[in-house]
Amino acid sequence: METFFQQMINGLSLGSIYALIALGYTMVYGIIKLINFAHGDIYMVGAFIGYTMIHSFGMGFFPALLTAMALSALLGVLIERIAYKPLRHATRIAVLITAIGVSYLLQNGMLYFYGAEVRSFPQVVDNTLFEVAGLQVSRIQLLIFATALVLMVLLQFIVQKTKMGKAMRAVSTDSSAAQLMGINVDNVISFTFFLGSALAGAAGVLVGLYYNTIDPMMGVAPGLKAFVAAVLGGIGFIPGAVLGGFTIGIVETLVSAYGNSMIRDAVVYGILILILIIRPAGILGKHVKEKV
Amino acid sequence: MKLINKTTIGWLVVAIAGFLLLQLAVTTGIISAYYEITLVTILINIILAVGLNLIIGFSGQFSLGHAGFMAIGAYTAGIITKYFPTYTGLFLGILAGVILTSIVALIVGIPTLRLKGDYLAIATLGVAEIIRIVIVNMQSVTNGAAGLSGIPYLSKWPLIYVFTVLTILLVANYTQSSPGRATIAIREDEIAAESMGVNTTKYKTIAFILGAATAAIGGALHASYFSVIRPGDFTFNKSVDVLIIVVFGGIGSITGSVVAAILLGFLNVFLQPFGALRMIIYALALIGIMIFKPSGLLGNKEFTVSGLLRLFNRKSAQGEG
Amino acid sequence: MSLLEVKKLTKNFGGLSAISNVHLELKENELVGLIGPNGAGKTTLFNLLTGVYQPTEGTIEIETNGQKESVIGKKTYTITDMGFGRTFQNIRLFINLTVLDHVLIAMHSKSKIGTLKSVLRLPSYYASEAKMKKEAVELLKLFSLENKQEELAKNLPYGEQRRLEIVRALATKPKVLFLDEPAAGMNPQETADLTDLIRQIQKDFKITILLIEHDMSLVMNVCERIYVLEYGRMIAHGTPEEIKGNKQVIKAYLGGE
Repeated sequence: METFFQQMINGLSLGSIYALIALGYTMVYGIIKLINFAHGDIYMVGAFIGYTMIHSFGMGFFPALLTAMALSALLGVLIERIAYKPLRHATRIAVLITAIGVSYLLQNGMLYFYGAEVRSFPQVVDNTLFEVAGLQVSRIQLLIFATALVLMVLLQFIVQKTKMGKAMRAVSTDSSAAQLMGINVDNVISFTFFLGSALAGAAGVLVGLYYNTIDPMMGVAPGLKAFVAAVLGGIGFIPGAVLGGFTIGIVETLVSAYGNSMIRDAVVYGILILILIIRPAGILGKHVKEKV
Repeated sequence: MKLINKTTIGWLVVAIAGFLLLQLAVTTGIISAYYEITLVTILINIILAVGLNLIIGFSGQFSLGHAGFMAIGAYTAGIITKYFPTYTGLFLGILAGVILTSIVALIVGIPTLRLKGDYLAIATLGVAEIIRIVIVNMQSVTNGAAGLSGIPYLSKWPLIYVFTVLTILLVANYTQSSPGRATIAIREDEIAAESMGVNTTKYKTIAFILGAATAAIGGALHASYFSVIRPGDFTFNKSVDVLIIVVFGGIGSITGSVVAAILLGFLNVFLQPFGALRMIIYALALIGIMIFKPSGLLGNKEFTVSGLLRLFNRKSAQGEG
Repeated sequence: MSLLEVKKLTKNFGGLSAISNVHLELKENELVGLIGPNGAGKTTLFNLLTGVYQPTEGTIEIETNGQKESVIGKKTYTITDMGFGRTFQNIRLFINLTVLDHVLIAMHSKSKIGTLKSVLRLPSYYASEAKMKKEAVELLKLFSLENKQEELAKNLPYGEQRRLEIVRALATKPKVLFLDEPAAGMNPQETADLTDLIRQIQKDFKITILLIEHDMSLVMNVCERIYVLEYGRMIAHGTPEEIKGNKQVIKAYLGGE
């Protein structure tokens, strides 16, 4: 029983990471109906920025985190403006292919400039273990929970209580109507990418700290799994991404612990297919029918 | 009964001429052993691209799982030819691969082809990954992550050439027929097509299965030529490689896929020494094409013998008139 | 025997009742109109009849081979096969395909040309193709579109696009044709031509037509009976004369006491 709860703690750490990444997917999908294939790679870039800040510039953890978040956010906006905006009215397939192109660009760009070898993330946080109710929690795990929680609360505040947040919700619902109401849709979309990419960047730094290694391909699998999480929770729906993220994190950890670590990925993809077939709107989402 | 008409003869001539030219190049050594690999890679890519184009370009279903089907074909043929290292064995292997892949495509297709655009893409991606993970986990049969080696080298390039021509013929015959038109109608407007009596589920599934079957053939030939296959050969990267060819050539153009596979095959040879920079160039090109010319090289038009004939007739008519 | 019988048809979308307790009947070789203010539920009714939506309550039965068969739960393409063709309010043509292709595609399900025969290009395939093409061109001739066979649908002028939409539906060899606002966006001359065309279709093809239209001149001129829908309910049903004088109908369109 102890192992189960111990695994739950590990699952919650992983879940926090997935939730942070999933939030970016879900916000972007909610606003422009695009699956941003490149999102997982922004998470990877965030990790590398954090690594560079700590390793080459000697920054502490929090400054590095904030820098990574800021630069990732800017990268997200840049990508949106250059690659996605021109295709606002193109077919869905065209935008998806472009997103794949951007993803490849980021991966191979990083491969080219940094090389393929796995790098070791500097241990800037003293990873002491705490004992709580017979279970072990590491300082880093607490840091991940805390950071993720703070960021999610911040996001919720921005979306619910600020004018920009209201604009985001309006554009998500009906972008033409929002435009007629005087909302600058372009800025709202860019801001959405800004927020989502910042969260992904944060997740990247946290993961670097937690697992200790980073490499240019690290965004591929977590990116896909975070997307599964977003769909599971209900794509386009912020609480859904959080719910989905934690669910997938826990499921993956438990399968890994009690089953076979090799089939762990297959289980997550299996969940994706099941959800898409049985309830594509996700746990918390709503289904919208096409008007004929 | 126009079984043999000018167009058919024209295409036959092109196919045979192509073969003779290649044979000449190989015999005279223009195509050395090194370049033969490029030739075979191009031929197999044509098979893969034409099949994927059938799914994406003609039936309008965005499938990102092509590598998964290729893997099934490769491993099936690889395993069977290891036990039966003869040509019969190879054909049996290809047939078994096609049948197995078709069954998987049917099972996967029926529930997932209901999904729209992006969701279908992700679902097929997930399926391909699951297939790959299953292959890695069937240690005893597939030798797991280490891959299968020692596959007898049976598919020499002329055999691959024949399969390439047959695949193009199969897909072209299908798309330019009544069921093919019905399939294209689904791509144009699924709801209107359904209202005109087209059984959309059936035709989407047929296109999906046909495409998957061609991927299996490509995979089988790949295994039999290169003699070594690893699960890592059939990742999402492979699916994207084929997608790049389809996009460059024009989504919905068979000849476009052929031309793109050839051009990109040559480009790859030149860019080989550039390593990761090569992929950066492709990624930029992919983004550029989508923004500036999303229809690709040929759009959804075909470079056809009948088209050439029509052009020729028009010119000579003008000359006489 | 009626070709189509609709009883107590209701469709709710969440809390909204789009169609409520609707009765409708179509007999052979009739021209019937369906009118009502915008948002009354006319297209929703079409969608229910063609299997695009499933009803919340009620029955829809059509006559096939002397038997009554329910349409509910059947797929749209099956319903089309059973003899119901339709056009769309906002034209849904296959814009990158040729005029001829539109007709050939609509004829496909009745042609029974199989995948295997097509791929192998057996002689029977060529015979079927030739026959289908001939029939298609004949149909296009009736609507003065045969010169535009090879033209892409997106390059046709609006009036011809609307005509192609109708021809395509006719190519499915329906017993009942649902026309959804065929005169939308047409000037008086075009509408007059369309009126003649619709009469001609009914005469030559001997089919039943159910017509949604806003253009009253067209409806009153051409329909033998008219149904009037308002807020999802059938508020009147009768001949054009009866409907013209019906106080409820006038109120629905013009408001007031």
